[in-house]
Amino acid sequence: MDKDEFRASFFEECEELLEAMHDGFDQMATQKHDEETMHAVFRAVHSIKGGAGAFGLNELVAFAHHFETALDRVRSGKLELDAGLLDLFRHCGDNLTDLVSAARDGDTPVSGTPALRAKLDKVLGADGLAESEPDEPDFEPVTLDFGDLGLSTENTSGLTMLFHAEPGLFVCGSEPAVLFRAMEKLGSFAVEADLSKVPSFDDLDPASCAITWTLTTSDDVSRDDVAMVFEFVEDQCTLDFVSISNTDGPELSDIGISDDLADIPEEFLPSAADLSEPHAGSGPVAAMPGLDDQNEPTASVQESDQVPNKESEAKGNAGGGGTIRVDLEKIDKLINLVGELVIKEAMLAQSISDLGASSESDISVGFESLKSLAGEIQEGVMSIRAQPVKPMFQRMARIVREASAATGKKVRFVTHGEYTEVDKTVVERLVDPLTHMIRNAVDHGLEKGAARAAAGKLPEGTVTLSAAHRSGRVVIDVSDDGGGINRERVRAKAVERGLISASDTLSPPEIDSLLFLPGFSSAEEVSELSGRGVGLDVVRSEIHKLGGRVSIHSDPGEGTTFSISLPLTLAVLEGMVINVAGQTMVVPISAIQETLQPRSTAIHDIGSGGRVVRNRDLLIPVIDVGAFFGFRAEPVDLNPHVLLLIESDDNHRYALVVDEIQDQRQVVIKSLETNYHQVDGIAAATILGDGRIALIIDPDNIVRGSGAKLTGDLNLQMAV
Amino acid sequence: MNMEDQALEITKTYLEVVAFRVANQDFCFDLKSVREIRGWTETTILPHAQPYVKGVINLRGSVVPVVDLSERLGLGATDPGPRHVIIITVLGSQTVGLLAELVSDILTVAETDIQPIPDMIDETVRKFISGVLVIEDRMIRKMELSTILGSDIG
Repeated sequence: MDKDEFRASFFEECEELLEAMHDGFDQMATQKHDEETMHAVFRAVHSIKGGAGAFGLNELVAFAHHFETALDRVRSGKLELDAGLLDLFRHCGDNLTDLVSAARDGDTPVSGTPALRAKLDKVLGADGLAESEPDEPDFEPVTLDFGDLGLSTENTSGLTMLFHAEPGLFVCGSEPAVLFRAMEKLGSFAVEADLSKVPSFDDLDPASCAITWTLTTSDDVSRDDVAMVFEFVEDQCTLDFVSISNTDGPELSDIGISDDLADIPEEFLPSAADLSEPHAGSGPVAAMPGLDDQNEPTASVQESDQVPNKESEAKGNAGGGGTIRVDLEKIDKLINLVGELVIKEAMLAQSISDLGASSESDISVGFESLKSLAGEIQEGVMSIRAQPVKPMFQRMARIVREASAATGKKVRFVTHGEYTEVDKTVVERLVDPLTHMIRNAVDHGLEKGAARAAAGKLPEGTVTLSAAHRSGRVVIDVSDDGGGINRERVRAKAVERGLISASDTLSPPEIDSLLFLPGFSSAEEVSELSGRGVGLDVVRSEIHKLGGRVSIHSDPGEGTTFSISLPLTLAVLEGMVINVAGQTMVVPISAIQETLQPRSTAIHDIGSGGRVVRNRDLLIPVIDVGAFFGFRAEPVDLNPHVLLLIESDDNHRYALVVDEIQDQRQVVIKSLETNYHQVDGIAAATILGDGRIALIIDPDNIVRGSGAKLTGDLNLQMAV
Repeated sequence: MNMEDQALEITKTYLEVVAFRVANQDFCFDLKSVREIRGWTETTILPHAQPYVKGVINLRGSVVPVVDLSERLGLGATDPGPRHVIIITVLGSQTVGLLAELVSDILTVAETDIQPIPDMIDETVRKFISGVLVIEDRMIRKMELSTILGSDIG
């Protein structure tokens, strides 16, 4: 591991620690916390401080130290944790998060630090100030690598271990003598250096250490204690226990690497919680090892409870807790290959059907099992990229706090389904739209305190963020229990902005959808918080770019819910394969509302070359896909064609004319931009069963692209 | 090729070029830009594309546009058939296929052998070439890939 890798792993660890910290605060807020919650938070902050010190991130260290001092007061019972203090802690936590990301990205320091430090100082009082001079961190943030367990039983009452320093130990500025001195503090301790392997001066490699030390401790020293001392040099040394203390941990019946690991709390293992599984947040991450001696006994008791099940997990993989860290690029490459596999499979399917083989023939049966295997591989590979939405939800909790502070509204933030897994890219790209929606919910959704009281609601508003898998998609809901959408006002605003005309009759859902129109901002006064010119239309187009859809449901007096429905992955799309003007194209299923036979519907010419189709009392503009792409002239007779009803970005329906629907299937998304450029009306490309490329249509883009021709139709549609 | 290499004078810098024919004229460009040469395959038409963009093909999972060199050079559109070839070239991060009649040779030429463009060359072709090579009785125009795959392609 070089320094950059260390740095990267430190920041990864920070993410987890911060998550654990926020979790702790959440628990404290629910009053269901116990002493351990406070310890966990303290340890998280402390570990961040320790690591930051090793990397010379002084600002981070200074703040973390202050924060930690305050936490310690609460932990040791010198300070009472009340709502105000918890609030301050949360702000400090947010600030710590900012400092960590500022340190990681090399950004300018966070501005909120001095103010929060002042507040912390106030809480701590005068003596706190004296104490809170940041002490020099004297440790390195790494984990322990315990070697094989020896079999010697000559010293059953104490611990004997062989310590060998790797070159990395010195590179990182650690020093065995410091470690030994730390060991000395644990209890009676002896160290003996084995100089036998030290080469002659000529052969000496100055960068490596040829000395092996034998360390012996008295029986009152536990392995956890030793682990603590060596915690920060784990990767840079080997530490082999040559005898086991009976006073600590379960009796080991069988000596081997897995048992060896089992005895060590999981968090000491390398990268224990990297790529953490959903459940990881509650266990090991929350219990990151503290460095404070007085705290540790409590923690060890807790951890040793986990030992039995850890044992089975550790078996068979000497890594950490069954997770490994993998380069994203490798996964993406795998996903690409799986994409190829899906394409080849489709090709093979075509050849087999061309052969006319019966479904019982060996080749068909073999192909079917191949197909199901490929499907499983695809699912498995996709799931590697999947991440729980929890970290994103935690970020939203912060947005709620900030929005609540800015608006002066009291808000309770509730999350459901935070372990729902979504593609990493989707999660990342959802942050901005969700932030906007959450702010909206607090700023515009919830009523002011007085209005809530008048409506007989609790003074504290509730904003709920939930995620769930539903029929192959992920649905994320943002709801508030506010007053619902003020349709009168929305309508008036839309008329004022010229989005609709005063005489239009709109159904309630149609009015709600007006919020998504570009340039619409419903708050009476543009507040500092939301309404900075970025409207819900941006949110909507962001979500559309991810292949998702967003809808509103609002009940007057009850609240508003925004539902985002997203595909599980960005690599594969469920599409309808169509023919138009001799070209094979794909239309995303998510866009298609229904398909129509023009024969059975009434088509009207509306002059100026436009046509509309009547469907459920709506007149829907007709767009010929072939003509749009310049493949053909607009057909005169639509009867032999098929109409695909799609709903556009602005909630209006359009009918796309295509010639024939071939199939509905999963297609692998291939970028057109890599070697070419963006094409109007085309979202991406895919490869069909015959190996040829088919273009994936972007229906919204077609609607916008042909917008000039259809101006005026919008009102026509609404007036009917 | 190896034998030939050894016979080359060391003082000169040499260049390997791939020579091909478009609309009965000989062209060449740096071999280093060529990834592979494959036969013509039907393309998928790209809407709203320049007339010289024949569409896209599937090159082992990548979507690669194909440019009709003849049309691009202003020498008339090609009606591609099985005898035509697509030269897959890489320029920067972009992979583009170039449609040509045939690939004739891979030549090792000294940079000093590249002569300035004579006046007799068509005005339209002129802007896409950087010099000519005269080998035996053939005049091979050295094509500048960057102008062929200019901004209007990628």
